Amino acid sequence: MAKSNFKIETKNIDAYYGDKKVLHGINLQMEANTVTAFIGPSGCGKSTFLRIINRMNDYIDGFRKEGEMLIDGKDIYKKKVRIEELRKQVGMVFQKPNPFPKSIYENVVYGLRIQGINKRAILDEVVEKTLKQAALWEEVKDDLKKNALSLSGGQQQRLCIARTMAVEPSIILMDEPASALDPISTAKIEELIYQLKQDYTIVIVTHNMHQAGRVSDKTAFFLMGDLVEYDDTKTIFTKPKDERTENYITGKFG
Amino acid sequence: MSKANLNRRKDQLFGYFGIFATLIGLLLLALFIFQIVSDGIGRLDWDFIKNLPSRKWEKAGILPAWTGTLWIFVLTAIVVIPVGVGAGVYLEEYAKKGRLSNLLEINISNLAGVPSIIYGIIGLQIFVRFMKLGGVLLAGAFTLALLILPIIIVATREAIKAVPKSIKEAAYGLGATKWQTIWTQVLPIASANIITGVILALARAIGETAPLIVIGALAYVPFVAKTPMDEFTVLPMQIFNWVSRPQQGFLLNAAAAILVLLMFVFVLNGAAVYLRNRSRKKFGL
Repeated sequence: MAKSNFKIETKNIDAYYGDKKVLHGINLQMEANTVTAFIGPSGCGKSTFLRIINRMNDYIDGFRKEGEMLIDGKDIYKKKVRIEELRKQVGMVFQKPNPFPKSIYENVVYGLRIQGINKRAILDEVVEKTLKQAALWEEVKDDLKKNALSLSGGQQQRLCIARTMAVEPSIILMDEPASALDPISTAKIEELIYQLKQDYTIVIVTHNMHQAGRVSDKTAFFLMGDLVEYDDTKTIFTKPKDERTENYITGKFG
Repeated sequence: MSKANLNRRKDQLFGYFGIFATLIGLLLLALFIFQIVSDGIGRLDWDFIKNLPSRKWEKAGILPAWTGTLWIFVLTAIVVIPVGVGAGVYLEEYAKKGRLSNLLEINISNLAGVPSIIYGIIGLQIFVRFMKLGGVLLAGAFTLALLILPIIIVATREAIKAVPKSIKEAAYGLGATKWQTIWTQVLPIASANIITGVILALARAIGETAPLIVIGALAYVPFVAKTPMDEFTVLPMQIFNWVSRPQQGFLLNAAAAILVLLMFVFVLNGAAVYLRNRSRKKFGL
């Protein structure tokens, strides 16, 4: 098989919860170092699709998928793929900030510690580097031992992003990363996403149309389990080809 | 009377009934404690704690009984914690949800409702006779471990359920295996609630008499158990033995022994409440 040029490529992905089909034959290609936004009304399947990219749905009883999900040209659902290795390569940031009830420092290095990396010098370096990348270093550098739960929501989310970067993934999935945050924290996260693009391929699910417009290169519009339209963000927001996309973007429903 | 007024009156009446119902329980407990303290406090001194039992009530003490209770407490804990917590983790995290796990679940709940004397009979058959342990501490601890095992399994499952799913997903998302996630995140967060459940279950175990009588624990033990293979008695059995004597003095002894047992249980329950509150604060559960 010829190696694919795309970072992420899906072929005819169907997904089911029990008997209920929630995704219908999704075909998508995402290039490296781009930001792709998934938009659509609640329950359209965009989060389900996102979680297929790092197999986060594997633990859900009754979940089943058909079709191929290729990362760097390799099907990640093949038997020989080790799921832990995959997750190191495909990091994830969740809707609600979910730091561990541990210190800021231990949050960042958790992904390294479970790989058996415990050398103080290495860990210190990673903590400083990733917290700087996540634009959190200046705020917490004197308080790394403080419990992460004492940070504000926006700081917690940036900590979660730093924690994800610490294991050096090549892809970062973000499931509505700013929906639980105030506008200022949201702006900081968006700024961050824009910078992260240089090093990572980013896929972001968002309910916020303006956010999709601001941060993404490409946008995919989902509706009731179908991928309705996928194109450059600019095209989607100015000249959508499908009437349903236009209706959604202009606020006629959803 | 208007409909609204009637409803308000009903509301008030129910409030009074609630207070009354609560007070009944508290008053009875207070009455009981008052009675025990006034009977027993006079007998509760250092000699009573360090003496062996005796046919003369004024010389009798509870040394074998309270040391036996302590032995049972520790041994039962050692036996029941790994098995109970292990089973709880398996059922909550590993077992596929389906007909089999439902069946297991229902049966564990049923086990929690089986009368304790039945466990005594099981213990007698398996540990005392089949494994030929005899009526020793270890057989008693095994039997009581069986008795409280369902409680601990249920407590472990509840504690694990209370760990936010988002924490597990965070660990998985960083490449943790299932075992790493359980060991480094789920169990530390659930531990206080698990320990709370274990302590409450053990508090129940050290108050049990019936199963120990069945497996052949002795009522009169004029020595202190030194190994798990020694014969033994425990506080509730000593109390049972004394209250069935005709002499008034032994009743006072029983009251004093009840005081000691109550203190034991209160300290344990206090520790459980403290741990639970601390973990709620620490982990924001």
